Amino acid sequence: MGNAQIEVTLMLFPLKNFHAALPRVAVTGAGVVTALGLGWKPNAEGFRAGRRGFRPVTQFDVSRQRVKNAAEVDLPVSLPATRLNHRQLARLDRAAKMLVLAAHDAWLQAGWQVSGDLPLVLGTTAGGMLLGEAYYRQAVREPANPRQQATRAVYYQPAAQARLVFDALGCSGPVTIISNACASGANAIGHAWDLIRSGQADRVMTGGYDALGELVFSGFDSLQALSPTACRPFDAQRDGLALGEGAAIVALETLSSAQRRGAEILGEIVGYGTSIDQHHLTQPHPQGSTTLAVMKQACASAGVMPDEIDYINAHGTGTVLNDSSEALAISEWAGPRAATLPVSSTKASIGHLLGGAGAVEAVVCLMALREQWLPPQMIFEKPDAACRFPIVRKPRDARVNTALSNSFGFGGVNAALIFRRWA
Amino acid sequence: MNRVFVAGIGAVSPAGWNVAALRDALDRGEPLPAQELARPGWDKPLCARGVPNPPVRPDFLAHPRLRRTSPITHYAAAAALQAAASLPANAGAKNSRLGLIACSQSGCVQYSCRFYDETMKDPATASPLIFPETVYAAPASHVAVLLENVVLAYSLVGDPGAFLQGVALGAQWLAENRVDACLVIGAEETNWIIADAIRYLEPPQLPAAGAGALCLCRDQQLTSGVELAAITDAHTYSARRDRAQAALAMRRQLGGNAATELLVDGLGDCSRADAPECAAWKDWSGARISPKKVLGEAMMAAAALQCVAACDAVAHKRFAAANVSIVGSYEQAIGARFTQV
Repeated sequence: MGNAQIEVTLMLFPLKNFHAALPRVAVTGAGVVTALGLGWKPNAEGFRAGRRGFRPVTQFDVSRQRVKNAAEVDLPVSLPATRLNHRQLARLDRAAKMLVLAAHDAWLQAGWQVSGDLPLVLGTTAGGMLLGEAYYRQAVREPANPRQQATRAVYYQPAAQARLVFDALGCSGPVTIISNACASGANAIGHAWDLIRSGQADRVMTGGYDALGELVFSGFDSLQALSPTACRPFDAQRDGLALGEGAAIVALETLSSAQRRGAEILGEIVGYGTSIDQHHLTQPHPQGSTTLAVMKQACASAGVMPDEIDYINAHGTGTVLNDSSEALAISEWAGPRAATLPVSSTKASIGHLLGGAGAVEAVVCLMALREQWLPPQMIFEKPDAACRFPIVRKPRDARVNTALSNSFGFGGVNAALIFRRWA
Repeated sequence: MNRVFVAGIGAVSPAGWNVAALRDALDRGEPLPAQELARPGWDKPLCARGVPNPPVRPDFLAHPRLRRTSPITHYAAAAALQAAASLPANAGAKNSRLGLIACSQSGCVQYSCRFYDETMKDPATASPLIFPETVYAAPASHVAVLLENVVLAYSLVGDPGAFLQGVALGAQWLAENRVDACLVIGAEETNWIIADAIRYLEPPQLPAAGAGALCLCRDQQLTSGVELAAITDAHTYSARRDRAQAALAMRRQLGGNAATELLVDGLGDCSRADAPECAAWKDWSGARISPKKVLGEAMMAAAALQCVAACDAVAHKRFAAANVSIVGSYEQAIGARFTQV
């Protein structure tokens, strides 16, 4: 790897000239960390088989919570060698470790050169909230004890964690943190796609991450949004979501750049749509009107029709309100195609990763496109009445050329991404 | 070239609930009074410059969606509505597609602390009403409901420089014709935990709260007389570039040193934290204001209020141009320049 820093001379505004022809955007690296494992291979094997990663929570006390399971990640004892020194490694909380692991994998796979102007666009809902929780506990229980508090005050902030990613890779560049709740990861990838398409950047590292934390777990539990049985999206008897944790980072660049470098191309991102549902802070519009709008937007930007979509990775949280709303939107959007359009929610396998969800589910779509299979939901009995589409219930190979992924968040932001197979 | 104008500005600060109050306080240049905060188990003074109660309860607070919202949403909403007030003057703008970019560093800390405190005591009784208000995206969601015609919304988190990244993003949405106008808001609330953290990181700086908003548009008919002329790169700190180097790089990109121009810097009361920015602008000979010395450290809101102050000075033709310098605490140095139309 070279060490020369590129001198940046252009400014954020005035904007760089837009490309006359919008460039195609290739994915040339992907790193993923979930309860199914660390990296592409164990995750692909797990998703393909419909494995489930849930177990009793070990990270904090759940004895007084209503629900006691989640999809926890088994982190390695030590991280792979990066440019982080011992002091920096000590500052990584659980979320930052997953982020660095995913970014490191994506970086190695992309084979990029070190640079001083690589944009990093991340989605997260909580960043280093575990450090924030530790800060609060110590501040309340031992008000006079300053130990580690200054470090926690800095590194609970997602932008400080992003800087550690850059330091690990030896890069730097503008960092954008999007926190659109559970749509954050998809919005981050969509924004990165926008940056390349508009000519503001030639390549971008992007993705999302979140770790399980007591505050967030307790929050969803207090809302009675967590399933006390098993997360089974779109099932008529569904009773809530299951939380997970993880991270996914993808390396995006113009297709021409990837081809020029002879890089391995994992797939293309061809469409993105996003908008905001103003119905309620935590509930989607019952008819899924914004979901419908963003799916249409994504298709319009991709230049594809619903007939051309081979698989939908649904937001599918497993809550009553989300799934019925999303099912109505997908059914209306797909029209007659709905009857044969395979849909599944991989949250049934790894839980809801919040800010990491959209990014991990993007990587699942890339896996399905590249390896030609569909990820099943193994626990599923009877579909919700609003589902006019088949749920993928068993592992199976399939011809998948184009896939769509939905992500929605508290606050109402909806996002849809469309991916195309590279062959 | 894609020109971007500032159609309106809005401010909520320790000086009050509008831009005029901010202007008066900055003109006086005297640090505003601070209030003492209560912190569990702590008997030493811990102070902040909070936002005073509004003289009259704003009408928008009667909206059912805002019933349980925390102060950061109130500040963001008030600043956004002020900044957007210019839009309905144009009939076509009533149906315009609005973009909304809400930026914060600490976000909804009051409800986060309250909810986590309840969780620590007994998670079985933690309030489900509070939790949704702890997410970073909550203020943008509520403001979007008040404005009604928001079609695109992002919540950005970062150090104060992220506000100018938000302005650049708004300019991009305008250039791509995805929106007809775009509100960019920087907002923060404060409490004892923020004061405690600032005590560690930037003593003796006092924390503050508030919000600033810019309404961006491409329609010259709507402009308040201010044009966005430039935003520098986000000069990120790294193992190879420290804050001082990043601040200098920002200063070099922003250029300018004319007597007719204003510099709105980000200097406060922490000489150690301020040193890189002081060094970067040591040759500046024009007029200069430092809002944080008056208002306190309101993080993202402070950056937004710097931009509001700059636009206000240009709109009132006090200066032909105003430069904004933001040297964030741990992420980036970034600057902007606003000029008269």
